[in-house]
Amino acid sequence: MGYLQAIITGIPMTLLVTVAGFTLGAIGGIPLALARRSRFAVLRIVARTVIEFLRGIPPIVWIFLIYFGIGTGAITISPLGAAIAAFGVISCAYMAEIYRGGLSAIPAGQWEASAALGMGHRDQLSKVVGPQVLRVSIPASATYAIGLLKDSSIAYTVGVQEILFNADMQAKQASDAIVPFLYAALVYVIITIPCAWAARSLDSGLRRKVAR
Amino acid sequence: MSLSDWAENYPALLSGLWVSIRVTALALGIGMPLGLLLALSANSPKKVLRYVTIGVVEIGRGTPALVVLQIVYFGLPTVDVTFSSFFSAAIALALTTAAYTSEILRGGLQAVPSGEVEAASALGMVNRDTLRFIVIPQGVRVAIPPLMGFAVLIFQASSLAYTIALPELMSQAYSTGSSTFRYMSILGLAGLMYAAITIPASWLTGRAERRMARHL
Repeated sequence: MGYLQAIITGIPMTLLVTVAGFTLGAIGGIPLALARRSRFAVLRIVARTVIEFLRGIPPIVWIFLIYFGIGTGAITISPLGAAIAAFGVISCAYMAEIYRGGLSAIPAGQWEASAALGMGHRDQLSKVVGPQVLRVSIPASATYAIGLLKDSSIAYTVGVQEILFNADMQAKQASDAIVPFLYAALVYVIITIPCAWAARSLDSGLRRKVAR
Repeated sequence: MSLSDWAENYPALLSGLWVSIRVTALALGIGMPLGLLLALSANSPKKVLRYVTIGVVEIGRGTPALVVLQIVYFGLPTVDVTFSSFFSAAIALALTTAAYTSEILRGGLQAVPSGEVEAASALGMVNRDTLRFIVIPQGVRVAIPPLMGFAVLIFQASSLAYTIALPELMSQAYSTGSSTFRYMSILGLAGLMYAAITIPASWLTGRAERRMARHL
């Protein structure tokens, strides 16, 4: 049981990396999604390239690039900072694609009706379409956030003291290489499964509140 | 700074990339058939089998691939089951693949209209033949685009095998970086190599999706 207690102390750090990374992505994804469907071709291409590279390169490479690549230069970055920054930028790309999917799910009638009311493009986005996009994006975002929680275990490779890091410490101290990791798996499953159920019920609830 | 580093070190990274590709191929080759088995038993009429399978899949999907990897590589030897780092990585990724692809394939199998199953049984086909000739071929076809998307993710996840000292792309990049202290350029090159595979692969996935959408 000593193992489990030690592993549990890593939960706040896992949640911190996940929530901070996700929040950065949820905010940064908005301009990226808008740039992705901008009127200007250059902006569109730049946004698309950025998204493709952020999603196409494994998270561990991004963490190492930020921690060792940038961190050994002029500025030093803590492991936690590097992990949050890495998951933050990756999340920007994934969230931008989720928002883009949400945007295309909004019926053209919503744009037309708001234009008929004399709204400018900015108002259409911020008052009519935007709120609906956020709403249809919630289920996909929740699924992404759950995936991110599991991916946050990668932060252990640079020494962030989250769940897997603590399990690894226990494994080394007790030279028991299996039980601590099984407990770590249990802790992840216990956190993620209820989240997945909640996401599923959110999904069915929110679909009703969007125009079609 | 970069170009000379790249010219000097790209052979090591390329050999790492080849290991990454082989691990991914083996993981998918073992994992996807397992995933199909899990998908079939998750749809089974036998209640116990169904619940056990769903439980196994939920645990498999809830556990991070990195944790599975640690259990297979460091944990199993304590019960006298030892694999090389290559097979440990392949097995761990295969288990994750099985759990995730079973859900993808289950969706595909459920997309086969029930009228087809009824028609098959009206023709006197036994259940096994219905599955083999009617449901599986159509269900798997529907699942191809999401399976391709998942394969790209598993290729990326093969970078986790760096933690068990498998000489794949990530560990080659890291060990080169830590001997030259040129992390930025070497990791950058590794990132580009990953992207050179994943970006075209995700384009292909997108094309497969659009083609499939035309047939539905």
